[in-house]
Amino acid sequence: MDVKFQNISKNFGSVKALTDVTLTAHSGTIHGLIGENGAGKSTLMKILTGYQSKSGGKILIDGSEIQLNDPRQASKHGIGMLYQEPMDFTPLTVLENFSLGSPYQGRRELRFSLETLTIRFGFHLDPDRLVEQLTVGERQQIELLRLIHCKTRILILDEPTTGISPAQKEALFPALQQLAADGMNILLVSHKLEEVASLCSEVTVLRHGRITHHAHAPFHFPELLTAMFGSVPEQKNKTHCRTQGSSILLFENVEATGERQGLQHCVVAVNEGEVIGLAGLDGAGQSTLLRLAAGLAIPNKGNVQLFGNTLPKSNSASQQAQKLDVSFLPADRLEEALFADMSLSDHFSLRGRQSSFWRSIKKAQTLAKNGIREFSIKGNPEDTAQDLSGGNQQRLLLALLNPHSRLVLLENPTRGLDIRSGQWVWHYLLNTLSPKTAILFSSPELDEILHYSDRIIVFHDGEIVMDKAVNETSHNAVATAMTGMKEAIQ
Amino acid sequence: MKRLSLDILLGSLLVFGFTALVLLIAGAPVLASFKNIWLGAFASTSKISQVLSVWVPLMLCSCGLIYTFRANLWNIGIEGQVTMGAIGAMAALRIPGIEHPALILTLAFFASFLGGGLWGLLAGGLKTRGGVHEIFGGLGLNFVAQGFILWLIFGPWKRPGIASMSGTELLPRDLWLSTFPGWRVATAGVIIAVAVLILTWLFLEKSRMGIKLKAIGQNPKAALLYATSPERYYLQSIIIAGGCAGLAGFLQVTAVYHRLIPSISSGYGYLALLLVMLSGYRIILIPFLALFFASLNVGAIQLPIVLQLDSALSGVIQGCCVLSALLILGLRQKRKQS
Repeated sequence: MDVKFQNISKNFGSVKALTDVTLTAHSGTIHGLIGENGAGKSTLMKILTGYQSKSGGKILIDGSEIQLNDPRQASKHGIGMLYQEPMDFTPLTVLENFSLGSPYQGRRELRFSLETLTIRFGFHLDPDRLVEQLTVGERQQIELLRLIHCKTRILILDEPTTGISPAQKEALFPALQQLAADGMNILLVSHKLEEVASLCSEVTVLRHGRITHHAHAPFHFPELLTAMFGSVPEQKNKTHCRTQGSSILLFENVEATGERQGLQHCVVAVNEGEVIGLAGLDGAGQSTLLRLAAGLAIPNKGNVQLFGNTLPKSNSASQQAQKLDVSFLPADRLEEALFADMSLSDHFSLRGRQSSFWRSIKKAQTLAKNGIREFSIKGNPEDTAQDLSGGNQQRLLLALLNPHSRLVLLENPTRGLDIRSGQWVWHYLLNTLSPKTAILFSSPELDEILHYSDRIIVFHDGEIVMDKAVNETSHNAVATAMTGMKEAIQ
Repeated sequence: MKRLSLDILLGSLLVFGFTALVLLIAGAPVLASFKNIWLGAFASTSKISQVLSVWVPLMLCSCGLIYTFRANLWNIGIEGQVTMGAIGAMAALRIPGIEHPALILTLAFFASFLGGGLWGLLAGGLKTRGGVHEIFGGLGLNFVAQGFILWLIFGPWKRPGIASMSGTELLPRDLWLSTFPGWRVATAGVIIAVAVLILTWLFLEKSRMGIKLKAIGQNPKAALLYATSPERYYLQSIIIAGGCAGLAGFLQVTAVYHRLIPSISSGYGYLALLLVMLSGYRIILIPFLALFFASLNVGAIQLPIVLQLDSALSGVIQGCCVLSALLILGLRQKRKQS
């Protein structure tokens, strides 16, 4: 069954997640769908599985338009999805999970079907084991077999190799190729170029909700990278107005848990005045590094040193870091940095290290008023944090930022901001703070990283794979390192 | 403010409607029942003072709970904290060799605060150090406190001669908190309750601790970025809550029962939990709601005597109050979301 997306668009309020997406996936092939985080891959697949409605366009299967209002309708059309996190029921056995969603069959027939399928694909699954005792890879195998058993003919795979072992990957890939050879239509969503190249016969690249590239095997990697991360911006000769001095932050072979793969063998030294961009795909370790430096995460091994002090491995680490004038601004502002139901002036009351027992409400209001004026926040001192728009929340956080910060850690500082607000944020960080302040930031936008950093650290699967001055590297080299390929492609 | 009064009006209508329905089902005269509850609570100074002596411990427990609720802690261990406060007070009152009653009573006052506070600290420590949710820790400690008081009454502190469920030996008269002539409520108790109420309002609304508790209650993760340790404030708030509950225990011993009895907390801790939820965590409503609950409690005693109804009716009304308050809050939340 061929699937055709015709001029699909999807808007979330005023945000355009997908614009005019047209592509065809043929049965009997594996079609790769690639793009950086937020490019619109998942939204497109959610529309196909009926989890999300589309704002415009048509979906055709074998030439006739179909309606997909809920996941049940999608599965009736033979559309099934293998999720990144297995969508199964851990207290049930393998066989019980396998039976879900399939037409009624006796237990013996079910067992027979499961065993036939496991043999056919070379998996090793014990039908009577509880799913909670299995690895992610094995659970994925059950899901896959279940989907096949439910007569899925259009199979979507979302980052299927995340969290599975190399051996399981060895088993998965031939299985997928076999399925495609049997006539199944497979859509593979991934950001791992090497996997896409080895499996897919066709690839479509999405960027900012639009199709930027479409290619058949064999693939030309530089073209794909450009389509994924945007065209290579001209190298500007950076003028360093910032002073670079002594080392202030040191990671000594740090190991920590967090995000998908945690962080391993992390050795980093940050100097006074540096602006360092942390690049990497979502969850590759950047956020863990920022949280370790802020004292919000505790290393399992190794030490984090700030201004010559080793951070304690206890809950007091974050207070210690703040005493040393380290500030952290998380990406999820309302979830991690603001108090949704508290007023702006309350936020100003909380800031700082005043030791008085009583608080002055009037003083907080004055501070809030000044902050609102200086940082052009659209809001009043009495408004609650959740009343503010994303951009104004970021302005509020900057207004609350310790002005004497010696190290500022930012997680995706322009997340959800329009271009102008984003520029404003950077202008503030680079020009209002002391030039001795070191800035460490992560961003999913490679352009932002290349534009503002002096130095780039690239993460892949919890390890640092590149640490270079921005002038010594290129857009392509960083993009290549991000996708986990060993050699830079020219 | 307008919405608040609307809620109160709507809530009262719901409560009276629902209670009337229950009365009708039970075949009782609706208006006569309400009237008797009213008379039972306010017909004489003796009745009013009875209401007040319920009001005092309810107020103390509720004020304490406001601190923990601010930090988003469910201090269900408040019952045990009342009990431990009473035990602390009794332990001080039994210290031999102190002649001056005022001195012993002062000691008992502080000992009760300490007893309740430490019991709260235990639940708090279980949470912050041991990862035990405060509901389970508190509930467990309630049983421990209950076991402890029974052991004391039947063991080391038993009446000379024979141990009894009715409690320890009565305290000497000079250790009873004094009352105004004709009133049956200890003056000191009312003063303590009002003082704690004012202090609570000051601490929570005007001090830095108040706003930090609020911040932690809303978003402990974000609080870390404001150099505020959630653990520290969890412990502080639960110690204060336990201390306030302990004072309720002190008054139960020195002003109401004049001895230690197994059910010294009288369930006021649990009732205060409902009361504070009903208030929507607003300090200003607490004295009025406490008065309402106390008068229901006392007034309903009248029902079996006059109308041959079960006094459990007051429990039904209190339950209706809380359910209707939660209903109003829930509906508002739902409307906000859609």
